[in-house]
Amino acid sequence: MSVWQEPLIRWVHILAGVMWIGLLYYFNFVNVAAVKEATAAGEAAPISKYIMPRALLFFRWAAVVTWLFGAWLLSTVTVNGTNGFVGAFLLRGALAPIGIGAWLGTIMLINVWGPIWRNQQKILGFVPATDAEKAKARRIAFLASRVNTLLSIPMLFFMATGPHALFVEQIFH
Amino acid sequence: MKNPLDSIWGTIISGVVLTGILYFVAEWLVAHNTGVGA
Repeated sequence: MSVWQEPLIRWVHILAGVMWIGLLYYFNFVNVAAVKEATAAGEAAPISKYIMPRALLFFRWAAVVTWLFGAWLLSTVTVNGTNGFVGAFLLRGALAPIGIGAWLGTIMLINVWGPIWRNQQKILGFVPATDAEKAKARRIAFLASRVNTLLSIPMLFFMATGPHALFVEQIFH
Repeated sequence: MKNPLDSIWGTIISGVVLTGILYFVAEWLVAHNTGVGA
């Protein structure tokens, strides 16, 4: 394996991850409050028309790229003869901390393409929906997005610490 | 009871609490090594 392979995979994984979680935090820390205020002022339409479709496009594809490069990165590691990707998802020994991060990221990816995207399509008018269906979709998409914000906190903890001293110290003591 | 996800601070606090719980789960999994990475 080239000495460049692992760093390049990690680099793309981090770049896409920054875009994914950055947009998730934009939705939750900025957009929710902005839309609420703009709706009260009767000025929310441009956000739905010009900002959300673009933000959601980069959001959901960044999630895919992050997951794929994360999976590739894990599979470049072999621990005691077991592929890192398999060992991490089986939460085995030294790979358990990064495996917890990988599981959280996987749940978040499913959440992006499932509840969030499916309901956003109704909210933004990409698929037909009645006003009642739109109101329900708005609530589900909001809660799903908040669940991802919640999960991102432990996910980033395990991504940052899993392969490093916090857990590795334990393994060698 | 109010849903903690309705507020951004409720979401952050829930995330930090879950991080603490999962830390102990990870510590237990590493200590009780089930095969890979002795």
